[in-house]
Formats: sequence, C-alpha cells, structure tokens
Amino acid sequence: MTSLLKTEDETMLADSARGFLDDAAPVSHLRGLRDAGKVHDPALWAQMAEMGWTGVLVPEEAGGADMGHAAAGILAGEMGKTLVCSPFIGTAVIAATALRQVANDRASAALRGIAEGKTIYALAVDEGPKHDPDAAQMEAVADGNGFRISGAKTFVCDGMSADRVLVLARTGEGLTLFDLPTDRDGITRSAMSLVDSRDAARITFDAVAATGDDVLGQVDDAMTVLRPALEAGQAALAAEMGGVAAGAFAMTVEYLKERKQFGVPIGMFQALQHRAAHLWCETEVTASAIAHAGRKLDEDPAQATLAVSLAKARATQTVTLAVQEGVQMHGGIGMTDAFDMGFYMKRARVAAEWLGDYGYHAAIVARLREI
Amino acid sequence: MTEALDAFRAEVRDWLEANCPEEMRDGGSGEENICWGGKRWQFQSEAQKVWLERMAAKGWTVPTWPKDYGGGGLSRDEDKILQSEMRRIKARSPLQSFGIWMLGPALLHFGTHEQKAHYLPPIARGEVRWCQGYSEPGAGSDLASVQSRAEPRGDHFVVNGQKVWTSYADKADWIFALLRTDKDAPKHKGISFVLIDMSSEGVSTRPIRLISGSSPFCETFFDDVKVPREQVVGEENRGWDVAKYLLTHEREMISGGGGGLLGGRGVGAMLDGADDPVLRAGAMTCEIDALAMGLTLERYKDMAKTGSVGDASAMLKYYGTELNKRRNEVMMLAGGSDALEWDGAHGSLPADWLRSKANSIEGGTSEVMLSIISRRVLGLPA
Ligand SMILES: Cc1cc2nc3c(=O)[nH]c(=O)nc-3n(C[C@H](O)[C@H](O)[C@H](O)COP(=O)(O)OP(=O)(O)OC[C@H]3O[C@@H](n4cnc5c(N)ncnc54)[C@H](O)[C@@H]3O)c2cc1C
Repeated sequence: MTSLLKTEDETMLADSARGFLDDAAPVSHLRGLRDAGKVHDPALWAQMAEMGWTGVLVPEEAGGADMGHAAAGILAGEMGKTLVCSPFIGTAVIAATALRQVANDRASAALRGIAEGKTIYALAVDEGPKHDPDAAQMEAVADGNGFRISGAKTFVCDGMSADRVLVLARTGEGLTLFDLPTDRDGITRSAMSLVDSRDAARITFDAVAATGDDVLGQVDDAMTVLRPALEAGQAALAAEMGGVAAGAFAMTVEYLKERKQFGVPIGMFQALQHRAAHLWCETEVTASAIAHAGRKLDEDPAQATLAVSLAKARATQTVTLAVQEGVQMHGGIGMTDAFDMGFYMKRARVAAEWLGDYGYHAAIVARLREI
Repeated sequence: MTEALDAFRAEVRDWLEANCPEEMRDGGSGEENICWGGKRWQFQSEAQKVWLERMAAKGWTVPTWPKDYGGGGLSRDEDKILQSEMRRIKARSPLQSFGIWMLGPALLHFGTHEQKAHYLPPIARGEVRWCQGYSEPGAGSDLASVQSRAEPRGDHFVVNGQKVWTSYADKADWIFALLRTDKDAPKHKGISFVLIDMSSEGVSTRPIRLISGSSPFCETFFDDVKVPREQVVGEENRGWDVAKYLLTHEREMISGGGGGLLGGRGVGAMLDGADDPVLRAGAMTCEIDALAMGLTLERYKDMAKTGSVGDASAMLKYYGTELNKRRNEVMMLAGGSDALEWDGAHGSLPADWLRSKANSIEGGTSEVMLSIISRRVLGLPA
C-alpha cells in the first residue's frame, strides 16, 4: 500500500484548500450563517464546484476530477479545521460513491449534476436515535409496476437543502435504495435544529410513488450500492473530525502560550502541558488511521471495512477529547458563545453520531478482529 | 521500481524457504525465545545458531545497515518486504540486542570509520553483546546529572562510579556509558559517551531481582577502570548529543516491540464464552488503539526515511508503552484466575504483565515523554 504520508500532490491540494477556506469559510462563516438562520451557502458550494471539489469522486467522463478517497479525506479534513458548512460529504462523497456503483445513463447524468454543483443529495437511512442501516423498517410496498413508500426518516444531514434524497426502505426480500427528488408528492421535510447549526431534516414519506427507474442498483439489494457509499462517507467524516480536532487543538495550544495567570503563561503548568501533550499523541495516532482509510478505499475498496471503522472510531474518541480539553483549558471564555470553541464542541458531537458512533464502529472492528 | 521490488520479494521468499530452519518458524517472540548473542551466549538449539549464522551472512540481522559494516544495505522498502516475508512464515527474529537497537544507530551517526568498522560487524554477527550504562542512583529522569567520572590521564581515562538498572550487565561483553569528563562545565556539557569492555579490571556487577521474578538488570560498579581515550564516541564532553540521539532509537524500539494486538487467537480466544461487557469493551478499545498505533509506527518509519522524526518519537514511546500496559491488563482480566499462576495455563503471561509495567519507565518515563512533547513539539514554555 502507498505510504500514509501525504504525496506531493496531496500536500499541494491541502495547502490550496487551506488557502481558499481561510478566506472563504473561516469559522466566522458558520457563525454568520447561524446568526442569519441559514444552513447552506449556495455561493460557497458553487465555488467548491468550480474548484472540482464536488466532483472529487466523479469520473472524468461525467465531468468530475476523480481524485479518489484519500483526496476527498484531505478536503474534508481542511474543511473540518474551520468547521466549513457544506453538503460535501453527503453529496460529493456518499451520493457520488453510491451512483458510481451503478453503470447506467441515469447515474452518469446524476454524477454530472453533482460535479457541476447543480444537485445536492442527502442520505436518508436512520429511523431511530442510533445509526443502524440494517434495522431500517420503512416499507416500500409493491404497487403495480412500482412501489409506494411510507414511513419516516430522521437525522437526514443536508436534508433541507437537498434536491434529491437516497432513501433506504424494506421491500419484499430485503432492503432497496431509492433515489428520489425531494419535491416528489408525499414527501414532507421538517428542519431539525441541530446543536451544530448545520442542515438536517426529518422526512416523512406518505405513500410516495416510486418506479423501477427510481431504484439505485437492484431491488432487495441496497447494500451492494449503499455499503461502499456509507464507508466512503464514514472515512470522509472521520477525516473531517480529524480536522475539527486539529482546529480545536491549535486554538488550545495558542491559548496556553498567551494566557497568563500567577504571573506566567498557563502553558508553564505541567498539569496542562501533559494533558496537551497527551491530546497531541491521540491526534497523531488518529491521523494515521484516517490516512489509512483513504488509502484503503482507493486501493482495495472491497476490503476497506476494518480500516474505515477503525478511522471513524478513533476520530470519534479523539475529537471528543480535543473539544472537551479545548473548553476546559480556556476556562470561562471557552463557555462563551462569542468564542469559537463551542462551535467545535457542537460539531464534534453531531459528527460523533452521524454514520455510526464509537460503539457501532468498535463492534465492527471487534467482529473483524475476532474479539 | 515496483518490478524490482517484486523481484526482490520473490528472491527473499525463496531464500527464506531454503534457509529458515523449521524450528525457527513458530513465531516465538517471548523472552525465552530471543537470541541475544554475545561471547557467553548459550544457543537454545542448533537451529537457533544456524538461523543466526545464515541471516548474519546475508547482513539481514541488521538489514538497513551498510554492507561495509555487516548490514544488508537494504532500502526501507526492501526492509519492509523482508519483514513481511518473515512474518508470513512466522520466522523468529534471528537476533535482538542493544547493539542493534541503540549503539549501532549512534555509531553510524557519530562514530569514526575505524569505530564503525571495529564495533559494528560483531554486533551484526551477534558475537558481542552490549549493555547501556546511563542511569545512576541519583540520575534517573534527570539523566544529565550523572556523577560517574572518567578522568583523563594521557591516552586513557580512569573511570570510577556506579550505574544502576543496567539491563543484562551481567551477560554483556561491553557497555556504552555516560560519564562525567568535565565536572566544572554546565551539567549537559561535561559528559562523554564512552565504550568500555566489561572484562576490564575494576568492573563488577550485582543483579537486581524484578517484580516479574527474573533479574535482567544489575548495579554496575567502576573501580579505577582504565579505558583508552579513543573509546569515546563523538567529541569529549559532547556525549549528551550522542546520548539523546541514541535515546530516540531506544524509544522507538520500546514502543514498537510492545505494541501487539489482541485479535485473532489472542484475547479473542481467551474471551470466548466470557460475556463480561466491561472486559469486552476494554478489549475492543485496546484493539482499536493498537491497530491505529501500528499504522502510526509505519507512518513514522516512512517519515524517518525522508527526514528526521526528532522529538516526536517521544509520542511513539509514550503511546506504545501505555498501550502495552493496557493490553496486558486486558489479557490478565480475560485469563481470570487461570492467569494468576507463574507458568500456568497462560504461560509467561503473568511475568509479561508485570514486565510491561517497566515499559513506561525504562528509556525515559511517560511523564518525561509528555514533557518533551509539550516543550519541543508543541513549543509550550519551560
Ligand atoms: C526494566 C528496566 C530496565 C532498565 N534498563 C536500563 C538500562 O539498561 N540502562 C540504563 O541506564 N537504565 C535503565 N533503566 C533505568 C530507567 O531509564 C530509569 O528507571 C528511568 O529513566 C527513570 O528514572 P528513575 O527510575 O530514577 O525514576 P525517577 O526519575 O526518580 O522518577 C520517579 C517518578 O517521578 C516522575 N518524574 C521525574 N521527573 C519528573 C518531572 N520532571 N516531571 C514530572 N514527573 C517526573 C517520573 O515520571 C516517575 O514517575 C531501566 C529501568 C527499568 C525499569
């Protein structure tokens, strides 16, 4: 396998992404959206499309840049550092990966829409408070040549801004993945006011009509398409979380050098030094797992499950520690809304739950490692 | 490039197939199976001896050292292939030693050509066993306060003082020691890195018993020991630089050796049937961290190939050893009362568990590692 160190191209990609995002989407951008009651910035998304980010996993024939999962992770990581608010993971990673599993004209057209920044996708899998795709109960009942879908999905990230939604529903013999426009009759969306100020929806389906054309992949076999898409999303989300941890950590170390108490910088106190050093070690170890997941998805995608769950589990632990230490080591100011650390803490909590929490991924690792 | 590597892999595979004795393919990595070498070494079996000789002849006891000094001259990528092919057939490591892990890298970096040519090949062949004389009763974490003296007298030194916790001093042929050569200089500036033959007159050792039952380390005494001055590595009074450089290698070794995984036939088998959610959760978390640590070791080795890892290696030492302690706790918990007996159902597990507690002390404590990271990596004020 290729080394886990960044290649020259990857370093350039990271640097140019950082340059762009520091300008276009620092943390104040998220704060601005929140204060304006918005969850999506179409102008920012259009710029990402122009730079080829929305097409990071779209084949060149469909107008994409086809840079691969390691590159997608690098972009997600840079976005994480400043909590960039965009439908990147749901659309450019999850939906694009799902669509790539299907070789037909409709899928190619959909991929083109993603690459061009014209179509935003959301993934509607969860029905309860914990991620568990295999447990989906929502039903798509056979009706003539098609289906009628009824039920409710929750925690549909980017669900309010999405043009289309990938919906997992139970059919005769198993699970089926549908690709539906969000304005289809019978679909009702209501916004969830998530702690991290990002876009998420509850979506109800009231006898929504779907045809065979709306099925992504094969009927009763959602997982052939969905599993790789979920894994790609989990890896990219882990990378974003690595970025969130790095962003929070950098702020904390800065503060340890600046803030004076008892006549000295608080970073002189060994109790804080050792906690900061321990946290740095956690971020380094997690960075390896994140890089490895990207490489594995690019080079051996059929065998990437362990690598992906390892990355998501580690990233979840590390970012949780990073934001908790971040608030604690800032003292009172860490608790204020005017200060950015709170945004990091909130994003970390939401990302920890999305696409499987620590326990979900730990159980996968344990199963594959025969523990 | 990859073609050349593929060819190398095939060559390695064939050679190992033809040359690795069957008895050496049991994956045995426990203390009792290690071959440490040295003048007084008693081989466990003829196979262990043959295996060492064959590997040494290829230079593969120290695959990345230059051929001129007994090494195999392999690149990092070739070394990776050799290691993975050895793992594939569960080949034991032919030789381990402080000479390989610690002194070798320091000599390669600081030694003269004569020193390298003289000291390295016997290390590679497993003929001379080295021990490390750093710690003293009054100089542990604060290593630079060593007091043992080497007084210059013309072309030699006269050495007096005491070292402590000297691992395998009673079995070693030579010692690399930190000695004070200028007592008036600031403490870091008056130390020299000196090589001493343990059979010199005036050197004596006294074993110390560990909580794990064995006595792998000793007190070491120097009583008017005469040492030629050309046995200083690097410049006189600049030994601290050599000592620090060597410590980074020691730390990488300690962190890598102990990592280890719980999966497969490890704790997985021990847990079978036991349905304790706390134990299972501990095992899962430990496995996750160990897998990520394994990847991190690889990443850092690649980093070292392109530049220096420097003080960040303190992370490997800290994280790897703390993890190894956790892993041993999980194993003990999984074993229950079966694991409480010396040499019982789980073999050396109780002794390994106790020995693992030293990992976060030897080679610099976890607290010292965290201080190094906070100051030199994070730039926090001292
Ligand atoms: C099994 C084993 C093998 C060894 N082998 C060798 C060998 O071959 N050769 C050799 O030279 N040495 C060897 N050592 C010695 C080892 O390097 C020392 O034990 C180690 O450096 C710690 O020194 P100390 O024991 O004096 O503890 P101390 O330095 O007295 O430390 C006691 C405690 O205080 C803490 N502490 C000390 N200073 C600080 C500080 N500034 N900030 C925060 N906490 C601090 C330490 O972390 C530790 O918890 C070995 C030790 C062991 C256990």
